[in-house]
Amino acid sequence: MIENFDLSMVNWARAQFALTAMYHWLFVPLTLGITWIIAFYHTIYVTTGNEEWKRLTKFWMKLFGVNFAIGVATGIILEFQFGTNWSNYSWMVGDIFGAPLAIEGIVAFFLEATFFAVMFFGWNRVSKGFHLFATWMVAVGSNLSAVWILVANAWMQHPVGQAFNPDTARFEMQNFFEVAFSPYAINKFTHVTSSSMLMAALFILSISSWYLLRGRHLVMARRSIVVAATLGLFASVFTIFNGDESAFEIAKVQPMKLAAFEGLYDGQKNAGLVAIGLINRDKKVYDTQTPFVGFNVHMPGLLSLMANRSFGSFVPGMKDLVYGNAEQHILGSAQKMERGKKAVASLDAYKKAQKSGDQAAATTHLAAFNEYKEFLGYGYLQKPEEAVPPVALTFNAFHVMIMLGMLFPLIFIGYLYFVRKGTLAEKKWLLGFGTITYLLGMIASQAGWVVAEVGRQPWAIQGLLPVSIARTNLTSGTVQTTFFMFLILFTLLLIAEISIMVKQISIGPEEN
Amino acid sequence: MNASLEKDTAGHRGCLLRIYRFYRDGFRQMTVGRTLWKIIFIKVFILFAVLKFFFFPDFLATTFSTDRQRGDYVMEQLTPSAQGYTNPVQGE
Repeated sequence: MIENFDLSMVNWARAQFALTAMYHWLFVPLTLGITWIIAFYHTIYVTTGNEEWKRLTKFWMKLFGVNFAIGVATGIILEFQFGTNWSNYSWMVGDIFGAPLAIEGIVAFFLEATFFAVMFFGWNRVSKGFHLFATWMVAVGSNLSAVWILVANAWMQHPVGQAFNPDTARFEMQNFFEVAFSPYAINKFTHVTSSSMLMAALFILSISSWYLLRGRHLVMARRSIVVAATLGLFASVFTIFNGDESAFEIAKVQPMKLAAFEGLYDGQKNAGLVAIGLINRDKKVYDTQTPFVGFNVHMPGLLSLMANRSFGSFVPGMKDLVYGNAEQHILGSAQKMERGKKAVASLDAYKKAQKSGDQAAATTHLAAFNEYKEFLGYGYLQKPEEAVPPVALTFNAFHVMIMLGMLFPLIFIGYLYFVRKGTLAEKKWLLGFGTITYLLGMIASQAGWVVAEVGRQPWAIQGLLPVSIARTNLTSGTVQTTFFMFLILFTLLLIAEISIMVKQISIGPEEN
Repeated sequence: MNASLEKDTAGHRGCLLRIYRFYRDGFRQMTVGRTLWKIIFIKVFILFAVLKFFFFPDFLATTFSTDRQRGDYVMEQLTPSAQGYTNPVQGE
């Protein structure tokens, strides 16, 4: 299979970024989500004065500390890669993200250095009220520290509030509020933070279920489950809601990605959502193979509803988006390439005119560039079909995410139901299943990022900059070396996390 | 006036001392935290002193000395595919 991969520098750089981002994401959602749940536990302790809640709060705080310590700074490697492997991209977006990301890093550092210390060291040493405040601030600070990186990611998917400056070769921010508060960014932030709380609830459910199965720490496990399942239920429903909002936004700004989600090659009215189906991995947008292999079931109209909020509406397929559809007024990537190549040629002519001091020609070429600049990225594609992302991977990741996302609220409801009946400890089947729910949550969360990032291909910045131009002009040798170095480093960190975590879980709360 | 200033200074010193003791005692009482700090230090050392230093130079920052040169280089990367395509203005 490996001989089918194009192991060029750009693909090694992509693989390295994907590897480090996915490892980084093993730690981040738990940090983002569990801080809120710990804050609730801590609040119940301060409100009731019951020492069992204190013991419980300290236990989950310790596991949070392990995850935070192992995960901290793993994201910095992504920043290293920007400068080395993606220097063109890095230069071009520096004006938009450089300062906010730096400020965010500094603020997050001081917030964490102050309130983390109070949260961990403050028991019996600061007032209960201030201690509780610090715990809430850790939750707020951790989640705020994710804002700008998610805004940056949203901007790459939907680059609003910017203008390309051909004199500096940089995208410059024209409207801060358009960038920071674009619907895409808001959906991304709410989807990530709510799904992180859902993940943290599954983490607590998994460990507490294990305690119940082993007959250990029964009171702590039951109490932990009640709060985590309640918050998890709200978070999972909210995640479905804002996931649907994200899909609605994607339909408007990245229709190709939406079509790939559903393996939709030919646009349709009353388009259906795939309930069951095995995608044909060999199908290309230009051939006549069937999109699905064997039996498949579509739920009529639901994709149209998701994309346009109307059952009968037309959803463009990948063929429409590649070759155009005059009837539906859809410009294909073939036509966009023509315009994009004019943008690139005008840019080139503008620079040459500037160099030769011909100001009049420079002004004319700049005007031509401005006319076509929204298609700039298409000017770098070699053929229209390159605008299609890897369909099978996007489709499979999307459907794994959706199926698991629909399952999670049912799990939380099941737990709450049996807790209320007082029979949870007897439901060994549910507790056994519960122990693996965190793993399922992790699969769903990673699949979500695969959907977002693989579905965006071939673009680094949607429609404006393909990854082939965003990269640094280097050979693949160095990238290969560091790819395997990261693989080893992150695997060691993961082993360290799991072994420390398992040890702390087996010790349990008594030793705190 | 001077007495008030001295009182303020002493107050600040006392406050700083309390903060210092808070962190010191907190670190001293750590159990699993000590292992975690060791992991953090080793990790940060590997990241910055090894990986960043030897394997992840900032390409544009180390290759060029001015922003003008960096911008020109990136522009060159953006425009080579212009060759062979028709310029919309003059049919160049």
